[in-house]
Amino acid sequence: MESVFIIATIIYMFSCACYFGYLFFQKSILQRSAIGLMAAGFALHTVSLVACGIRAGNFPVNNLHETLSVTGWAIAAVFLVFFFKYKLKILGIYAAPLITLVMIAAYQMPRPVAQNPQLLKSWWLAAHIVTIFLGNAAFTLACGLGILYLLQENAIKKKTRGFFFSRLPSLDLLDTTGYASIVVGFSLITIGLITGIVYAKAIWGRFWSWDPKEVWSAITWLFYAALLHERLTVGWRGRRAAIMAIIGFGVLLFTFFGVNFLLQGHHGTFTAM
Amino acid sequence: MRDIVLLGLNHKTAPVDVRECIAFTADETDQALVMLRDNPTIGESVLFSTCNRIELLMAVDECEAAVTLAKQFIAEFKKVPLSQFEKSLYQYVGDEAVRHTLQVAASLDSMVVGEPQILGQMKEAYRKATVEKTSGVILNKLLHRTFFVAKKIRTETGIGDHAVSISYAAIELGKKIFGDLEGKRVMLVGAGEMAELAVEHLIRNRAGTITVANRTFSRGVELADRFRGKAVKFEEIISCIKDVDIVISSTGATDYVLRKDQIKEAMKSRRNRSLFFIDIAVPRDIDPEINRINNAYVYDIDDLKGIVDENIEDRNREAVKAQRIIDEAVIGFRKWYDTLEVVPTIVSLRGKVEAIARQELDKTLGTMSHLSEADKQAIERMTGALVNKILHEPTDFLKKDGCRGNKSAALDLTRKLFNLENNH
Repeated sequence: MESVFIIATIIYMFSCACYFGYLFFQKSILQRSAIGLMAAGFALHTVSLVACGIRAGNFPVNNLHETLSVTGWAIAAVFLVFFFKYKLKILGIYAAPLITLVMIAAYQMPRPVAQNPQLLKSWWLAAHIVTIFLGNAAFTLACGLGILYLLQENAIKKKTRGFFFSRLPSLDLLDTTGYASIVVGFSLITIGLITGIVYAKAIWGRFWSWDPKEVWSAITWLFYAALLHERLTVGWRGRRAAIMAIIGFGVLLFTFFGVNFLLQGHHGTFTAM
Repeated sequence: MRDIVLLGLNHKTAPVDVRECIAFTADETDQALVMLRDNPTIGESVLFSTCNRIELLMAVDECEAAVTLAKQFIAEFKKVPLSQFEKSLYQYVGDEAVRHTLQVAASLDSMVVGEPQILGQMKEAYRKATVEKTSGVILNKLLHRTFFVAKKIRTETGIGDHAVSISYAAIELGKKIFGDLEGKRVMLVGAGEMAELAVEHLIRNRAGTITVANRTFSRGVELADRFRGKAVKFEEIISCIKDVDIVISSTGATDYVLRKDQIKEAMKSRRNRSLFFIDIAVPRDIDPEINRINNAYVYDIDDLKGIVDENIEDRNREAVKAQRIIDEAVIGFRKWYDTLEVVPTIVSLRGKVEAIARQELDKTLGTMSHLSEADKQAIERMTGALVNKILHEPTDFLKKDGCRGNKSAALDLTRKLFNLENNH
């Protein structure tokens, strides 16, 4: 299924190119092509992941290559859902290059065989992985929306307008969509953490073992919980919400990759190289 | 052969008092068209009149005579001595008339380049002409072409993009902040023409309740009635701020009406929802420092003017692109127009019929190899004679003006009947 993976990556690249074209020339045909290509790439990518999973007999997160591939897939999935819900066309300029880069990175990675495939055969685990990845993808989009928000806010505040002013949508739409993606992301990772804890009990016999991965997951969860709480109580919206979404993404990245590479934890197998 | 002639005046050539005297109302346009139709010197006519321009577009046989007559007609119809406006009139013939018509429709000749109303007004003028049957083959073709080109220019260039008035610029900014202005509550502080205009634009964009605060309460109530909103006392502004989204300020105050610390406090009670200040007053009413508060945006009159100037520059840049599209359209129209000459039409008609005869002849003779050379020549002669006889009457008709005056219509019909468009 290697060829399907490569074709999907190439289609994502074309989608990415169309988005750049759209950013500069503002022709709606480019945007429509871009989203069409994105959907096509996503469909092929799904096929490649399913095939990979069937061949290995478990969820395809046996090494860093597969994990990255699933990451790209999750971002594409969440992006497509948000696109159809909010019609936020320009978000593709963030999502498409990101997905493409993740796919290229995945392609570069070696593909060692999993050391302990038995560990991965469980429906609890599948639920844990799917919700965590989709949740993380939603946070990734929230970060992108935060960046776009800051660009547009800067254009309006500085009164310079310029390149982004006409190309980006309203602050309100960016803020609402950003908030929605954090709510979605938070809900998903909450479910993901619960299933993870249940699975840990099933396989290691205890819910919580103060593993670095667990600790950092809790920190990430608390961070986003605080962000949502502040929004609902004192009205953290607009600029502050955008900045927090970007910082939150930094924390998330550390939890996702940093812990595996810098600290030792029981999730190491997923990012094996 | 008929010529296209355009006679007119606009805001560049005539001052407003002259334009006022010459402008045709809708009813007058109808009357004028009927009178022009009944005049044999003027073959086809379309009359187009707005507050910035009067244009009389005609297709005529005798150019000079028609122009003199049209000038006289306007002077008599509007009861204004010709000497009073003759200097302001411009006159274009042929390609230049076509080009001018296209430029007007594409809004390149407007006071505000790119303003969108002109095309609709022109379509309405053309509709009147078709109702009164004063436009014929030539002007129909020209105006259909014109509307098509104007639409193309609007979609392919940025000529209509971006606001070019202060109040529209404010609306455009509001949309970039709030997305949709529907239901957004507005507070008008003070009064003034430009501020009231902005409020009206906001209402047209379906803004929510309008609150009016004026130092003279009765004046505030009056304005509030006009906008179907409510009036508040001037001292209540700060307490009302938490319930509004857009503040338009235009008072005669010499000092700031709203200060940074007041708004900072108010933002807390509005839970940081965006607040957009439009400060139209000189000297300013709203402390520009407020712009530094998160989710509060302040635009004063100079900022808005800056946007408008920039947008006008953008439009002028786009006008260059539009000019190119128009140049192409003029050439395209000229091609069609030339086909209305008699000789090319007869030549291509003959060519078409002869080609059909030759094709059929070859087909038939190809299957009849038993015929002798003499037989074949006889059949060929017969075919040639058929072609000549069939074409004799139509050729005569076109050459000798059998169509009583309206030659261009007959030529156009001929071309359509025999589908001659593609083989010239």
